[in-house]
Amino acid sequence: MGFRDMKRRDLLSLIGTVAGSAVMYQAATSLGLAAETTYKGPIKLDGDAKGASILILGAGVAGLVAAIELRKAGYKVQVLEYREKAGGRSWSLRGGDTYTELGGFKQTVGFDKGLYINPGPWRIPYHHRAVLDYCHRYGVALEPFNQVNYNAYLHSAKAYGGKPQRFREIQADYHGHVAELLAKLTHQNALDGTVTKEDQEKLLESLRAWGGLDKNYAYAASLESSNVRGYEKAPGGGVNGAPVPSTPANLGDVMQGGLWRFLGMGLRDEFQSTIFQPVGGMDQFPTALAREVKDLIRFNTKVTEIHQDDRGVTVTYTDTLKGGAPQTAKADWCLCTIPLSVLSQIKLNVGPKMANAISAVPYEAAAKVGLQFKRRFWEQDEAIYGGISFTDLPIAMIGYPNSGYGSPGKGVLLGTYVFGAYAMEYTAMPPEERIKRALAYGAQIHPQYTKEFDTGVAVGWHRVPWTLGCHASWTEETRAAHYQDLCQVDGRIALAGEHASYITGWQEGAILSSLDAISRLHQRVVTA
Amino acid sequence: MNFRKTFAVKAAGLTALLTLCYAVAGTTLPHPAHAHASDASSAAFASPRHFGQTDGAALYQAICQGCHMPDAKGATGAGTYPALASNANLEAAGYPVAMVVHGQKAMPPIGEFLDDDQVAAVVNYVRTHFGNHYTDTVTAADVKAAR
Repeated sequence: MGFRDMKRRDLLSLIGTVAGSAVMYQAATSLGLAAETTYKGPIKLDGDAKGASILILGAGVAGLVAAIELRKAGYKVQVLEYREKAGGRSWSLRGGDTYTELGGFKQTVGFDKGLYINPGPWRIPYHHRAVLDYCHRYGVALEPFNQVNYNAYLHSAKAYGGKPQRFREIQADYHGHVAELLAKLTHQNALDGTVTKEDQEKLLESLRAWGGLDKNYAYAASLESSNVRGYEKAPGGGVNGAPVPSTPANLGDVMQGGLWRFLGMGLRDEFQSTIFQPVGGMDQFPTALAREVKDLIRFNTKVTEIHQDDRGVTVTYTDTLKGGAPQTAKADWCLCTIPLSVLSQIKLNVGPKMANAISAVPYEAAAKVGLQFKRRFWEQDEAIYGGISFTDLPIAMIGYPNSGYGSPGKGVLLGTYVFGAYAMEYTAMPPEERIKRALAYGAQIHPQYTKEFDTGVAVGWHRVPWTLGCHASWTEETRAAHYQDLCQVDGRIALAGEHASYITGWQEGAILSSLDAISRLHQRVVTA
Repeated sequence: MNFRKTFAVKAAGLTALLTLCYAVAGTTLPHPAHAHASDASSAAFASPRHFGQTDGAALYQAICQGCHMPDAKGATGAGTYPALASNANLEAAGYPVAMVVHGQKAMPPIGEFLDDDQVAAVVNYVRTHFGNHYTDTVTAADVKAAR
């Protein structure tokens, strides 16, 4: 085969085989196949670091990635971390863990071995190339996270008599009626002048296939519609094998029921397939990164002041376990990944622009509740394997475990994941009350809750001691006024984290921000 | 509520999307939110976009104590939530009003989730409890002027 005859993907696979993934990635970018990210493959910090030292504040994913890359580039690296372990918000709670939130409310997680919840990030979309690359490079096993499950529920207490509906049925009915309406308009010549006759014919053909319309372009009880929304009696074998079609809801009920508003999430770029999760919990990701730099991290270390002058940066800290007098760490440079909710309270001599930016960004409220049940009734009784049910109740959703399908023992699901006013109310409750609420609401969707509940754990993010909130909450105005100031190198200090990105609340934002910040710091060092 | 702006700007995944779902739901589904039930327990979780509680104590318990704690003594981790108990900064009533409405640093703005009467009620409650004895009262008009 001549080079000219190769298809683009053949070429890519050849380059990948010969040169490794980084070269292939750059080739893919130049061929226009990978424009969905600014990640350019493994970072190259070329040039002499001249033995420079750097203090990294925070051992979340932003800090860990920086520690790995800067040590590789020849820096003397120290990492200071408030928590007793690495990962920050990239965190899993499993059986035997204890978690004490602000206010001293302590929970001991009673989950069975191998069962967990991720109170923070729980998904890695396929286009979060930086996170995936670090997962691949440091051996983090991944498995699919089912964002959209056609057999999970959509629910409103005020629609369909409060009875949960299958995602598949709501989507089929919504698409079906829209298709039928558009087909009718086409047949009434309402599109003439806007759409050519040839295109109208193709449109009709596509509407029939997409909407599950019958041969008369009607969305009605038929094998065509049931092929999309499911059957009253599914096709089987033997003498009773003939299927019985199901009956779609009428247009008015579909519209007024309002469950269509839950259909769009999985269509959005952030939530499209494929999405991954690390096998065994999200904290497997930072744990793998921390393994590379564990000799550099000082844990249980609370930063109280960051001071820079012409010669370097001095960070004052206290040991939260041993107490004692404040101590100091010094370096030539500082990469600070401390969340702004905390950093805004720490004495720090940066210019007024960065100082104003640090103080200008509030943190989103969020709450999650994990519930362990005596059996996986959602699988056994309802054939729901992973994915998410959505509701307008204050729990917002029920997330089913995306692993361990068919296990005979107990199972843990995510019984609440909310933001905004509901999250504030959850956070203001004692943990056991949050669990009670999650159970009471969830039982409206799964009546099995009442009998099968075993134990739970609840996290309100404004009470998480190391972050005081879930993630940075920018507005159009605060972005315009402060974002660039937040991202500049101020003397010897640069900031990084999801807050210094346009992908707030995602680990990808933290890593891209970190790589960008250390690239610019490194540039200063090599050109100094 | 600046829903359109919120949706356009927050690319934070779920936050934006759920705000959308809720915002739409709020316009068409009859949430009991704005009935403003006076009983604290039935007012809980009234709406994703608006607190249902109306009296100061209930509002404090539904919102403020999440960070400032049930005894208003605050809490400290990597950062600190200040005590509201016996807090001299509450003397000028405009300060807590502005904090609730606009937020500052680790204090998120709550103004979009509360009407003027609710902000006044919770500020008046905090300024007359937990060892605070400020006798001047904040009115809804004061809050409106601070927005």
